[in-house]
Amino acid sequence: MKSNRAVRTPGGLSVRVDVRTLIVVVLLLLVALAASVVLIGTGDFPIPAGDVLKTLFGGGDPGQGFIVRELRLPRVLVGLLVGASLGLGGALFQAISRNPLGSPDVLGLGQGATAGALIMIVLFSGSTAQVTFGALVGGLVTGLGIYVLAWKRGVHGYRLVLVGIGVSAIVTAVNGYLMTRADIVDASRAVVWMTGSLNGRDWAQVWPLLILCAVLVPLCLANGRGLRMLEMGDDISYALGVRVERVRMLLLVAAVLLTASATAAAGPVAFVALTAPQLARRLTRAPGPNLLPSLCMGAALLVTADWISQRTFGADQLPVGVVTGVLGGVYLLWLLVTERKAGRI
Amino acid sequence: MSAATGNGMDNQRSIVNRLSAEDVTLAYDQRVIAEHLSVQIPDHSFTVIVGPNACGKSTLLRALSRMLRPSQGRVLLDGEVIQSMPAKQVARTLGLLPQSSIAPDGITVADLVGRGRYPHQGLLRQWSAEDERVVRESMRQTGVAELADRYVDELSGGQRQRVWIAMALAQQTPLLLLDEPTTYLDIQHQIDVLDLCADLHEEQGRTLVAVLHDLNHAARYATHLIALRDGRVIAEGAPKDIVTAELVEEVFGLRCQVIDDPETGTPLVVPAARTARARVAADKAS
Repeated sequence: MKSNRAVRTPGGLSVRVDVRTLIVVVLLLLVALAASVVLIGTGDFPIPAGDVLKTLFGGGDPGQGFIVRELRLPRVLVGLLVGASLGLGGALFQAISRNPLGSPDVLGLGQGATAGALIMIVLFSGSTAQVTFGALVGGLVTGLGIYVLAWKRGVHGYRLVLVGIGVSAIVTAVNGYLMTRADIVDASRAVVWMTGSLNGRDWAQVWPLLILCAVLVPLCLANGRGLRMLEMGDDISYALGVRVERVRMLLLVAAVLLTASATAAAGPVAFVALTAPQLARRLTRAPGPNLLPSLCMGAALLVTADWISQRTFGADQLPVGVVTGVLGGVYLLWLLVTERKAGRI
Repeated sequence: MSAATGNGMDNQRSIVNRLSAEDVTLAYDQRVIAEHLSVQIPDHSFTVIVGPNACGKSTLLRALSRMLRPSQGRVLLDGEVIQSMPAKQVARTLGLLPQSSIAPDGITVADLVGRGRYPHQGLLRQWSAEDERVVRESMRQTGVAELADRYVDELSGGQRQRVWIAMALAQQTPLLLLDEPTTYLDIQHQIDVLDLCADLHEEQGRTLVAVLHDLNHAARYATHLIALRDGRVIAEGAPKDIVTAELVEEVFGLRCQVIDDPETGTPLVVPAARTARARVAADKAS
């Protein structure tokens, strides 16, 4: 119980706090907020951080106010919410599958959402709203399909991962077919979408994501204690009085909703869901699903990656998904090398 | 401990059973393991279930701990059907140490034992002073108090099993079910774990139910023995009343002598020599 502290009230209520985890969460939030302020100031019309803060709190001159509040703030908010959703969704998937590779990227949810988006772009030349809707439906249907196929007296880690990889392969083939059917305009639009980008996101994308997170995040955190028990295997979780299937079902649905809506809003941003929980866990050094730290890590990661892409390549040149893909790939290789040194692979 | 005799009817009348299986049929999908099986666990007993591989002993334990829902019949805990009771209420009455459990990466002994407090906790009652006291006490009883801050994956097999038992103790249940708690341990640690179980039974009056492979360990430690074969109870009662050469042959298909254990006076099963068994087989064949 080194860094564990219990906070108790005279009424018999008590909350357990891991000091290191708390510090990590606060630091990640600060990083995410600082990166957001800098990101809002970045672009063809740079604004110093001090002016950005002034504008956000209602001051500043009207021209800057318009750029900050109408153009750049919604984009950053979408980035924060998408990152947070992917971080939390990834942590949930990895904990439920008991496998660090059991993230939505690997399980085919991203590909499923892509298929939905591609159908809208290629077959119907749909509007942005229709593409978003298609991606959402695609992600949800894929999630449901994986759950049904993986079900065998409950959902078990390896089955979930293997079924997910199989579904992912099938959907990737479908996506490839759709791309060959597309004309050049639709195809280039589809490629930008598939890389994952935050360009041109406005308030219409912020609200649905915000509402979804406001409902799902507390729900997931409240069930986090049960999920922590699931780490030790189904038998012992039952023995400890966890309603195993109920908790797993609830959290799986929440994870699918979070990742599908995040993908619908920004495209399949690569590797955030895979890496955020792993990075968070290495910082907190705490066992358990690390839900809140993963959420904060996802938000910080995505906004920072967006800032890097804008900073290095100029505004709206490079989709954020390219940067997270490179960062995530490097991280994954590093993970594999260190695990091999530790003799685990 | 009152006399737990081999007579089933006497058992039912003279002893109150908090946990029992009534006429249960146990099956995985289509594969039926046991049919119309009835078992009572006498209160305050150290009950051991023995039998050959695949006789249904672990399956019975899973049914008693509501991991497996009987396809027919019912398992009763304190007079209620166990499946209809709230999950946490069952978990405060009946603990189970399964055969395979996964220690999460990077968890310390104290943290793992603390997880046994789950059924006593809630969203706003996460870590009471009582939780802390019980965890410390459970680690002391199992002799792992000095290991509190060590990582579980650094421990030896024997130490790790003690930690899991400590976790089950922290659950503070009057009934504790153990599925082959001595598997994969060397002889010294097997005896060590069984001594610990005997202490829990004698000093704290907990009801223990264990599945054991070693018949001699079972005969030495159990106060109540249940011998299963092909999903049926062949005999039950105190080891000294029921363990005979005939029973061992009937249950395990093994010819043997049963002598008094020179240390404890409990029955000791000595398998017949290979040549003697071969001779009998030849006699039967001719």
